[in-house]
Amino acid sequence: MALTGIEIYKKLPKTNCGKCGVPTCLAFAMNLAAGKAELSSCPDVSEEVKRELAEASAPPIRPLSVGMGENILKIGGETVMFRHEKTFVNPPGLALLIKDSMKEEEIEEKISRFNQLQYERVGLLLHPDLIAVKEESKEAQKFAEVVKKVKEKSKNGIILMSNNSDILAVGLGVCKDDKPLIYAANKENLDAVANLAKENSCPLAVRGETIEELVELTTKLSEKGLKDLVLDSGARTLRRVLEDQTIIRRAALLKKFRALGFPTIAFPCEMTDNFMEEATVASVLIAKYAGIIVLSDLMGESLFPLLLERLNIYTDPQRPMATKEGIYEINNPGEDSPVLVTTNFSLTYFIVSGEIEASRIPAWLLVQEAEGLSVMTAWAADKFVAETIAPFVKKCGIVDKAKDKKLIIPGYAAQISGELEEELAGWEIIIGPREASLIPAFLKARQEGKK
Amino acid sequence: MAFEVPKISYSGRIKEINLGKGEKEVTIGGETSYPFHLFEGEMPHKPVIAFEVYDSKPEEWPAVIVQPFQDVIDNPVAWAKKCINEFDAELICLRMVSTDPNGLNKSADEIAPIVKEVADSIEVPLIVWGCENDEKDALVLPKVAEICQDKRLILGPATDKNYKKIGAAAIAYKHTVVASTPIDINLAKQLNILLGDLGVPDEQIIVDPNIGGCSLGYGLEYAYSVMERDRQAALTQQDTKLQFPMVANFATDVWKKKEVKTSQKDDPKLGNEVNRGILLEALTGVTLLLAGGDLLVMRHPESIKLVRKVIEDLIVKE
Repeated sequence: MALTGIEIYKKLPKTNCGKCGVPTCLAFAMNLAAGKAELSSCPDVSEEVKRELAEASAPPIRPLSVGMGENILKIGGETVMFRHEKTFVNPPGLALLIKDSMKEEEIEEKISRFNQLQYERVGLLLHPDLIAVKEESKEAQKFAEVVKKVKEKSKNGIILMSNNSDILAVGLGVCKDDKPLIYAANKENLDAVANLAKENSCPLAVRGETIEELVELTTKLSEKGLKDLVLDSGARTLRRVLEDQTIIRRAALLKKFRALGFPTIAFPCEMTDNFMEEATVASVLIAKYAGIIVLSDLMGESLFPLLLERLNIYTDPQRPMATKEGIYEINNPGEDSPVLVTTNFSLTYFIVSGEIEASRIPAWLLVQEAEGLSVMTAWAADKFVAETIAPFVKKCGIVDKAKDKKLIIPGYAAQISGELEEELAGWEIIIGPREASLIPAFLKARQEGKK
Repeated sequence: MAFEVPKISYSGRIKEINLGKGEKEVTIGGETSYPFHLFEGEMPHKPVIAFEVYDSKPEEWPAVIVQPFQDVIDNPVAWAKKCINEFDAELICLRMVSTDPNGLNKSADEIAPIVKEVADSIEVPLIVWGCENDEKDALVLPKVAEICQDKRLILGPATDKNYKKIGAAAIAYKHTVVASTPIDINLAKQLNILLGDLGVPDEQIIVDPNIGGCSLGYGLEYAYSVMERDRQAALTQQDTKLQFPMVANFATDVWKKKEVKTSQKDDPKLGNEVNRGILLEALTGVTLLLAGGDLLVMRHPESIKLVRKVIEDLIVKE
């Protein structure tokens, strides 16, 4: 946590010279604490204080990135233990493991699957993030070839995995400009691997066999001037993984323990041979604090649920997820199909569209922008009322698609039906069910009634 | 830097609640720390999983989830027994879907004997779950409570609309009540207080803070966070009215979503539909376990197997 204004004030020259742009040092200190001023605007502060304050105001878990370009992965930067306390910010990167001992076709097939497995949801593209290339061949040349192939075929960040600094150096020779994550510095290779990371300005993963050992290693690396570190406590059983992830996060946030103030990396791929179990291990790590999660393989049936979990856990609780306003076609509707309207809270949209889809009855679903609020909340806030729905229905273009001119509104918005009928001349307003789960029965009954 | 494991000092403890009776009785709760934080607290009873059984043949289940129960799917007694004998179910949750006024609308008198038959033919604790229609459940659950009066059932959901009728029946016939509220910690607390004021003993209350369920991709984060908040208040803020074990009843929600129904043929990127359905249910379960679930209601035997393995691996002594 950052220092308070008073704590910062104590370290300032207290001359109230005004050169920083505000009249007093106290006011300047308050601005600094709020992140509204830069310490460099004070001409008289000593170098020592500058260093102290920079250290104290640094984020408790260092934010860093792996890779370059549009698919760059940002990790770290978290500030809370529980998402409801504020929000989690940087979703953990999901990485695919490729070993340099694998056959060429297998490697190509894995990379191509990595590139294919992307999913659109609530206007976001969900996808895996990194490819980890692990050296098992003990041959630098072979490792470099695989790294080269990955670099050619994918735009995503790379993790270079080897204990051998010479082999890592050859791998870096191929991809250092892409800012790969180097895995890993350990007790044996610390100096050599640290130098590689420093020379190539790449983030560096550190592996200790225990948290205590990890603390020793990161302390040494920080002394060498390395800043972008990623932590592996060596835990490879589920119980220890959860405990270590929790302890590391807590030490960084609650104790401001700098030696552990970095994002983590974890390896479900090394914890089980069963890919279904591997997915459950990864799911623990998504909820509980991993920065990068390395998986042995990517398959839609396990990757998709994991991406959904990540989306859910990393949704900002202070900001509802919203769906785009517009007309959604469900089950290929025609001009005789019913028209329903709801708000753009994405959960509302998902549930309503899911129920309509399940009914197998073709329908038009109109989603009205209501700042991502649910029906009841939006209605109460005047964001889903006759004055907003009527203009939306008129301009959205549904009149050209559906000829019935009957609009089904959510049961919870029943009160607006009279007014809406007035505002929407020529339309009949039908009050739908209160709960989305009753939509299929409702639509079926209307369909029967029509016949 | 010297490193000391940063531990939290907890001031509260979750109540221990006994479910069912006799040899197969199950105890849940008793935690003195956040879920699976065994480095700083205790979890004397591991979380348990109830197998979900429908009282009538399910209408809209995808083939993936019908398959394991194909031979018993129109017989709740055989279905419950299969769960116990073949899949080692520790509890059964019987959902009285046939009482839904928007469906078969069976009356309390019609359904109660069926529940009794299930209760009589199993020894493990039985959760009896209404159709989630407040008025109808207020008619059906008290009848069930009466006819199964020596069974120590777990009755739910009891809501702020019908808790008096269901609570009174639980008091009279010594059943446990599931206090259900819609993802709001204050409402959860209030219903616990109301049940207490009505005279339901603490030992007969468990809490479901996510009425109607939730699932991966569909608001799981709300359920997750309300459970975490509940546990935080119970353990670190001495909120005694939240110190109850929590239920997560999500199988019905998971298995009606389009993502479990879409075949691999129709959307190859979603992968094998059998494994996908199993994982969507299992991952919902794992996430809610980490949030503080003590009792999960689940459906697919393979999903349950996966979640059980996670529980074992999280509590294993090292």
